[in-house]
Amino acid sequence: MRLGKTGLHHSGTNVTPSSALWLRMDIPSDLRRLQDVEEAVLSQCQRYCYTNRDLFALKLAIDEAVANAIKHGNRSDSEKHVHIKYRVTPHRADVVVEDEGPGFNPAALPDPTREEHLEALHGRGILLMRAFMNNVVYSPTGNAVTLTKFNDSPRTMESAVVLCQA
Amino acid sequence: MLQDAARLKVTRDDAIILVEFTHRKILDEANIVEIGDQLVALIESEHRPKVIISFAGVDHLSSAALGTLITVNNKIRNHDGQLRLCNIQPQIFEVFVITKLNKLFRIYPTIKEAKESLEPQNQKGVV
Repeated sequence: MRLGKTGLHHSGTNVTPSSALWLRMDIPSDLRRLQDVEEAVLSQCQRYCYTNRDLFALKLAIDEAVANAIKHGNRSDSEKHVHIKYRVTPHRADVVVEDEGPGFNPAALPDPTREEHLEALHGRGILLMRAFMNNVVYSPTGNAVTLTKFNDSPRTMESAVVLCQA
Repeated sequence: MLQDAARLKVTRDDAIILVEFTHRKILDEANIVEIGDQLVALIESEHRPKVIISFAGVDHLSSAALGTLITVNNKIRNHDGQLRLCNIQPQIFEVFVITKLNKLFRIYPTIKEAKESLEPQNQKGVV
């Protein structure tokens, strides 16, 4: 099932009281579409009263992960897409960002906070993702990354929906 | 003199160039290349520019924006100028701290303090 311009569709088969459906969206390699991904994920988080700090962190990490996928993974090739999968519960948000590139080894990147790299124009995205997320895990091939953020002030799903929609 | 170059608000006051952003998402990935080009064009024709960039109203920035700020800083340094950043909200300041760029840039709480920090006699290499 596809919904709207973002190519959003439901995935997964079952939902338990403590989990939620994984949602998927595919975007072309176009930075202007980043906003669609942010809005899709953050609107789910807002339903569960994620703090402003959590929302800031997620927006930042999504920006970095999707921008990396577009620029470095897909080399901005308009024929290639970025595949996003996300699941938000009252307790945690998980976002998987996968590109169609060959992947890379994140451990091989230099530390951008070292003095000799301090003025480098690139290379801080992964540092920021790791700083603002609870978990950042790359796939073995390096062309997919899973971002996880725990809700700083979790509420039950029912109370969160009632409170946030009040 | 006030210029409204697209999404930058540029004010010149006593040889100080004050740059403010007119949109809170101005430093997002999708906008940063254009904003960077405008900032560099602004500095390119200046001799010993004194530039203050205010982040008032900006609630987000990406690592690409940090790269752009470094480019701007380098341009200003090449022109024997000075750059100050100010009005950075705490969450964004944290980005500077994590990347240790708070050591590279001179950051002040307010425009007033940023102005007061500018040295009257520019010295080469001072940013």
